Amino acid sequence: MEIKDEVKSPGKISRTFITLYDVFQFMGRFFKEGFLPPYEGKELMKQCYDIGYRSLALISLTGFITGIVFTKQSRPSLAEFGATSWLPSLVGIALLRTLAPLLTSLIAAGKVGSSIGAELGSMRVTEQIDAMEVSATNPFKFLVTTRVLASTITIPILTFYTAMVGMLGALLNVSLSEGTSAKAFFQSSLESITFLDITASTIKAVIFGFTIGMVGCYQGYNSSKGTEGVGKAANSAVVIGMFLIFIEEVVSVQFFGLFRT
Amino acid sequence: MEERKPLSEQEKVIEINGLYKSFGNYHVLRGVDLELYKRENLVVLGKSGTGKSVLIKIVVGLLTPDRGEVKVLNQHVDQITYKELLALRLKVGFSFQNSALYDSMTVRENLIFPLVRNQRKLTKSEITSAVEEMLDAVGLLHTINQMPSELSGGQRKRIGIARTLILRPEIMLYDEPTAGLDPITCLEINNLINEVQERFHTSSIIITHDLTCAKAVGNRVAMLLDGKFERQGTFEDVFNTSDDRVKPFYDYNFIQ
Ligand SMILES: Nc1ncnc2c1ncn2[C@@H]1O[C@H](COP(=O)(O)OP(=O)(O)OP(=O)(O)O)[C@@H](O)[C@H]1O
Ligand SMILES: [Mg+2]
Repeated sequence: MEIKDEVKSPGKISRTFITLYDVFQFMGRFFKEGFLPPYEGKELMKQCYDIGYRSLALISLTGFITGIVFTKQSRPSLAEFGATSWLPSLVGIALLRTLAPLLTSLIAAGKVGSSIGAELGSMRVTEQIDAMEVSATNPFKFLVTTRVLASTITIPILTFYTAMVGMLGALLNVSLSEGTSAKAFFQSSLESITFLDITASTIKAVIFGFTIGMVGCYQGYNSSKGTEGVGKAANSAVVIGMFLIFIEEVVSVQFFGLFRT
Repeated sequence: MEERKPLSEQEKVIEINGLYKSFGNYHVLRGVDLELYKRENLVVLGKSGTGKSVLIKIVVGLLTPDRGEVKVLNQHVDQITYKELLALRLKVGFSFQNSALYDSMTVRENLIFPLVRNQRKLTKSEITSAVEEMLDAVGLLHTINQMPSELSGGQRKRIGIARTLILRPEIMLYDEPTAGLDPITCLEINNLINEVQERFHTSSIIITHDLTCAKAVGNRVAMLLDGKFERQGTFEDVFNTSDDRVKPFYDYNFIQ
């Protein structure tokens, strides 16, 4: 076939801006259409369940092991000052403020982001999205809105779950080494956690969840034709998702730091 | 085979004038003019890659034309809002070349999907009976609980058609309904297309390479050549020529 490509393809920089513009338009569409009826409640529930179910095992394992390892590694430094009794509060704060949101979101970016990217990508390639269009339903609402909302809702819940499991890991380690009771452990760790910590982590997790859903959907929904497009969509959903999560983490640490003085 | 004749109907449901569409530097459609009259079956023929699928995707607004006028049921497809476009699409059924069934849903859910989203007042039993009636019409009621991946190509085609018909469209666009099917299944699909025309009073565009199908279902035939409809009319009008671009079609299909 004689497809000559003489049209000048835009340079790298202008391409980046075109993509950015696209992404903002995509996000705009989400906020514009997402909250208008008709609602796809059933699909939303299904997606929430899927996201939780898909990442639960890995998140449990990672959280638990992180709890154990982090406690074990922190002990020597605290022991130098004879302050091993601070371990529960140190671990509690570290888990809640940073480790849990970050671990949960990175795992979800890998598992959830890639599967959303691949699923929507293959629906695009096999014209299932077009089929929804022509049967007079808005595929954006059914596919994108539900998935973005689901991951925005589910990731914060999973984050607190990870923190909980991490604490159990820490408890196991502390009770084996120092013989601390569970009651004493939770008392001292919960004492040092503030309302700000909980709020900040929730907001962060909401942003991470939104990012994962948005990036996965954007990549899949706009995937190029051909099976190769599906793989690309899944892959860039993970890479771009993780990259954005790190940037958001750095920015939010700075931001919430302003309130902590 | 009984010869089908053009209808005397004069009301146009689709009107295309001077339509151009290119992808990059590849000019697919170069001045397409076409009308579809009410209640007729129009067969569109043409070599692979001539832009037949592109043409009907423009008709339902999946692709936008570069230039030209596309009127469907008296509305300019490229000038209406998204909401109006969705309302128009309710009246235009589109059966995809590759069926495009939702592969994460069962056959039943595939048919329910467009129905419940467009007719919110239906009760559960009305939905069930609509789905069963439509599956029965395409002869595949027994597959109701199967997944698309468990169906054969011909079955998928028919489910795709049923999913489109369940909204009772006024216009049907079939993209290669018989491609890749055995002669018996082709016959069944041809009959289905004619039955749809009679039962639901639809006007249809049928894209095909299969002249047997064209003869069996078409009231009128149009042939897409080099980005335009150069030949239109009855089956004989179109093929009574020594044009090298047309003759091979006929020869391949009918000369032993
Ligand atoms: N979305 C698109 N982007 C770029 N090129 C496209 C797109 N859709 C179609 N084309 C090109 O337009 C040309 C016509 O495609 P089309 O699918 O309409 O052919 P067709 O007549 O339906 O062929 P077939 O009989 O094989 O289905 C092809 O060369 C194809 O590469
Ligand atoms: Mg085609």
